[in-house]
Amino acid sequence: MNRAGNFVDRYARYLFPLPAVLAILVLIVAPILANFVLSLYDWFVGGRPLFIGVENYYRALGDQRFWNGLRNTFYFTLLAVPLQLVIGLGIAILFNRDFPGKGLARTIILLPMVATPVAIALIWALMFNPSLGILNYFLESLGLPRSLWVAQSNLAIPSLVLVDIWQWSPMIALILLAALQGVPIEHYEAARIDGANAWQSFWHITLPGIRSAIVVALILRSIDALKTFDIIYVITEGGPGTASETLNVYAFKTGFQFFHIGYAATLLIFLMFTVLGAAVFLNILRKRA
Amino acid sequence: MSQLAVSALSSQQERAKARRSKLAKTLVIYLLIALVLVIMLFPFYWMVLTSFRSQVDNVSRIPVWFFTPTWENYQNVIARNNFLEFTWNSFVIAALSTGIGLLLGLPAAYSISRFKQEGLALAILIARLTPYITYLVPWYLAFRALGLIDSYIALTLTHLIVGMPLIVWIMISFFENVPLELEEAAFVDGATRLGAFIRVILPLSAPGIVAASILAFIFSWNQFLFSLVLSGPNTQPVPVAVFNFITYGQIDFGGLGAAAVLITLPVIILTLIIQRWIVTGLTMGAVKG
Repeated sequence: MNRAGNFVDRYARYLFPLPAVLAILVLIVAPILANFVLSLYDWFVGGRPLFIGVENYYRALGDQRFWNGLRNTFYFTLLAVPLQLVIGLGIAILFNRDFPGKGLARTIILLPMVATPVAIALIWALMFNPSLGILNYFLESLGLPRSLWVAQSNLAIPSLVLVDIWQWSPMIALILLAALQGVPIEHYEAARIDGANAWQSFWHITLPGIRSAIVVALILRSIDALKTFDIIYVITEGGPGTASETLNVYAFKTGFQFFHIGYAATLLIFLMFTVLGAAVFLNILRKRA
Repeated sequence: MSQLAVSALSSQQERAKARRSKLAKTLVIYLLIALVLVIMLFPFYWMVLTSFRSQVDNVSRIPVWFFTPTWENYQNVIARNNFLEFTWNSFVIAALSTGIGLLLGLPAAYSISRFKQEGLALAILIARLTPYITYLVPWYLAFRALGLIDSYIALTLTHLIVGMPLIVWIMISFFENVPLELEEAAFVDGATRLGAFIRVILPLSAPGIVAASILAFIFSWNQFLFSLVLSGPNTQPVPVAVFNFITYGQIDFGGLGAAAVLITLPVIILTLIIQRWIVTGLTMGAVKG
């Protein structure tokens, strides 16, 4: 064994992860720290940075648009995640049996979550189109009134939630399907002998059996829903007005349309703590459960 | 005797009834499964239909379901909009970021699995949980100062943050499954740790490496936010090009459909190859596919 080999062997636990750690420090840790510094400045790109202390934080607390963004972020998440959990559970139960073409069906429901989000957003935007979109044609065919979908302020977020449900219910379904297959079949048989009906065995055997998978799905989806950007930005750009503007989109516009760098960094710190706070909170709930 | 006959008859009727209700139940379940699949596929179907329809048919108030397909939209998108150039940009960025992601991520994942470095695994998970936009403002300033806006370097480095955590988390579980004895046998034969890693561990984990690479590639291909800010005329990847395509110019439905099909097609093909790993990747290893 040569000397270099010896050295690598002795310090393998530090040397092997070193390149990845350096990349994380430079590309992730440094920008997060930089945001804290930037948030203390009043700075437009091209201008000179002016140190203003915590002024930007006060500004955010008094900024209607910040609160609107925070409200929209939670509205979107709290509407989308529970609905897709219920729909995903329904799909998982439907798929948890042998039927012809099961493999193909599983492949098909993978497509919404892997397809390029920009492409998905474009297609939904076409389908939402109030005058030419196919969704209004379907509504009319069913004898229902036409809708303005994303073009109407109070429907913008619910319409975007519809896209999110379409995109992500399948992921919840596949997570829960894996868990359902782990529930011992004997438990169902025992319940049937005890005279339990389908509903009772669902409540007392299925749900407890997949509880931890439900919690995992809930955590993953909540964190990602809070961060949703592509679908919202491409379909509505936060509009009409600011009706569907989440904190994510507002921070993006502040930084890259208004070029107000210091304030954008401040909004990003709020966003980061919102998401990480939600992650920690959900994880505590998980450990309690 | 007649009493016996009556009871036999009624039990027969009951059995027939039970069979019928079971059949009805199966039928309902199959219909529901079909409904789920139709809803999941419809936007894709509509995307393909739109891409092969003429503009006149696309803006008809009553949807045109049957028509003579035209290649015109594809020709327009490819010829007029430099689509091939954008595709090349997407490919270069995805390939480079995946390659570097493997170079950094594989040794890190190996080290985490062998030396039980859970803190490091957690740090990489946090990188995945933090909203990507948090990093973007400092990155933008740094790349602008270095004159690297609209360069492959900036895009590759930022896409690395999308792919590398994915590679690490998938590979940890693969490396954990490689028996320690194989590695120890290599040490006895005089191999260094690096030599054992390259000649013994990596070849045994080839299927995992393929799955992780394809997932990282797909995630980079789909990335929108980083490219939106950091790319320019020379490096624009497809999602951004398509997004700009709707923002300027009038809405060309067929062109949008064709562009959406062209972005999504490679992703769907790759998905078919590694479908078993999609959910594992999307959940960062929280769920084994």
